[in-house]
Amino acid sequence: MTTNTASLVDRHVGFVHALREAGLPVSPAEGLDAARALMVVDLAERETLREAYAATLVKRPAHRPGFDLLFDLWFPPVISGTEGTAVTEGAEPRELPELRERLAELLMGDPADPAFREFARAMVGRFGQVQAAPGRQSWFSFPVLRALSPETLVARMLTAMLDERGGLPEKVARWHIARTIEAFTEAVASDVRRRIAEESGVEKIARSAVRPPIDQVDFLRATREELARLRREVYPLARRLATRLSIRQKRGRRGRLDFRRTVRASLSTGGVPLTTHLRPPRPHRPELVVLCDASDSVSTFSHFTLLLTFALREQFTKVRAFAFVDTVDEITGLFAPGADVLDAIARLTEEADIVRFGRTDYGHVFERFAERFPDAVGPRTSLLILGDARSNYQVPALGTLKRLAGQARHAYWLNPEPRAQWDTGDSLATSYGSVVPMHECRNVAQLAAFVETLA
Amino acid sequence: MWFASPDEVRGRLAAVDYLADDGIATSVFLAGALGKPLLAEGPAGVGKTQLAKAVAEATGARLIRLQCYEGLDEARALYEWNYKKQLLRIQADDGAWDDIFSEEFLLERPLLKAIRSDEPTVLLIDETDKADVEVEGLLLEILSDYQITIPELGTITAERRPYVVLTSNATRELSEALKRRCLYLHLDYPTPERERDILLAQVPALPASIADQLARTVATLRALELKKSPSIAETVDWAHTLLALGRTELDEALIGETLGVVLKHNSDQVRAAKELGLPSR
Repeated sequence: MTTNTASLVDRHVGFVHALREAGLPVSPAEGLDAARALMVVDLAERETLREAYAATLVKRPAHRPGFDLLFDLWFPPVISGTEGTAVTEGAEPRELPELRERLAELLMGDPADPAFREFARAMVGRFGQVQAAPGRQSWFSFPVLRALSPETLVARMLTAMLDERGGLPEKVARWHIARTIEAFTEAVASDVRRRIAEESGVEKIARSAVRPPIDQVDFLRATREELARLRREVYPLARRLATRLSIRQKRGRRGRLDFRRTVRASLSTGGVPLTTHLRPPRPHRPELVVLCDASDSVSTFSHFTLLLTFALREQFTKVRAFAFVDTVDEITGLFAPGADVLDAIARLTEEADIVRFGRTDYGHVFERFAERFPDAVGPRTSLLILGDARSNYQVPALGTLKRLAGQARHAYWLNPEPRAQWDTGDSLATSYGSVVPMHECRNVAQLAAFVETLA
Repeated sequence: MWFASPDEVRGRLAAVDYLADDGIATSVFLAGALGKPLLAEGPAGVGKTQLAKAVAEATGARLIRLQCYEGLDEARALYEWNYKKQLLRIQADDGAWDDIFSEEFLLERPLLKAIRSDEPTVLLIDETDKADVEVEGLLLEILSDYQITIPELGTITAERRPYVVLTSNATRELSEALKRRCLYLHLDYPTPERERDILLAQVPALPASIADQLARTVATLRALELKKSPSIAETVDWAHTLLALGRTELDEALIGETLGVVLKHNSDQVRAAKELGLPSR
């Protein structure tokens, strides 16, 4: 009994430690809460245990995926199965068609079904072991997915699920299949991690497997799914920022003295102005001009920032946006209120006249901008430049930029590259940074912090 | 003790038509067993407030609700002295200076009422994120020690700890101090399977096949990048709409006509019609 308790405590402490290592802020008090929760729940129920840990330790939805991954490693669903049949390349096992048949059946059903994960585990045992080096076996998800290749089952499943193809029912069915295939891929990956952890220790794999929470994901390195999730975060983020900004505006400054009301109030105290009345503060709403690099290398970052500025447009008197690669065009019209933002992004590349030769040229862009839109930047404007300052060794046109920055009330440059890479290769970060203050803006957290200082 | 196990939570909530998944059942159970407040956070219309109501109904407890809004203060949340009554008392009787700060003149507000209640109570603090940051400070003492200090009366400690549920739409981050004291439950849009069951529980007259179709269609809509994804409440409304129209088949034309029940932005409707290939209106 004592050894059992001791090992449970060890596991608990190790798990909490791993969570902290993965960037979850778990306080000692929360660790104790979790331990208390362990005393009252049934430890044999794995999902209950998972949720008990989640309720006490994970206080932000962005941390949940990392938590789930670590939980699966520290509290594996099964212990076993390092045995597996090493697959010989090329030779297809005879029962493969039956396995694929079974997979199709599961993919059409509910992915929460326990049989679903069981099948994934069995398949990893079956196909997942590969000769990594002479005499060393290791586990991978790739061979499992290649052998079963769920994507090629889609047509067959659609025929089985639908009476006739086409229209909305097919869209709905396709979405269901895509979801279950993703669940299957994740189940396989999770079992592969478990087997690796059993062979070479939990800590080692835990460190490499956890992706950072979504607001820490590097714009320039985000995967496609992460980008979709980021875009979905735009509106909640804008709402959060807007609330914070309006709280600060209400709190921070007080308006000027309201002479008339103060004198009137003084009548009740015999003409002595005991209380002063102030005018309500005038909200400070800057005009914003966004100049964004739309070339492929930084477009993910530019698009996201554009979406965010337009979602926040109530916080500014006016927002104008310009896009450029090696020449510049206004794109404000694409983001009219009520317009579909994804359409806007798609139309940006088609309709706006921003490309001459297709290589970013900041110098030419600044000259053209000053020439074509001389009235865009005025004394009430905040000028915001988005880009990596990589100008393909062209003339930088620092003078023009200096003049533009001088005309504006404020000018900022957001650079999505890590600071360590500035000034390497064709980057002109320091030269431009000496004219316009340059901020590193690699992820949503940094961007949100910047927007707060802006408005 | 509020509940004996997560399974009991699930059973008793299901009896009042609230379908709990593993996460909900476990955290609702733990909130009772550990005596800690439960913070439910998530998008609008996924059943956060409903959860508190369901807990109250399932346990037969009294529900006390504090609706948060901008400008909520102590006098509205905690207690207030009934100064009009105090004035009258002083005018009526000159020697009454000492006893105008007694029970008789105290106006109970939801938090004090919940702390002093001697019957089982569920305290719902709704939309905590709408209140000012100072209110969170006020809540800290109550939520960690279940006591309230009134300078004139002393400290009042709960005889019977209320079951506290806080909800938040995450329009702003609640403070770390508050989150640390709470158990955290993130409620999100349900899986199509669970949403179907919710539909069937909420709208018993709905045929199962339509519920299934509706749940999957809504899930497909949520997968699109919309300004505002349809909530569970809106899905339920949609089911009611279909019933009211007397339709038993869900086809594209019908979805196109009634899309306004679940999507409230024009750009979202256009986008959905385009992506799902609905007939344009």
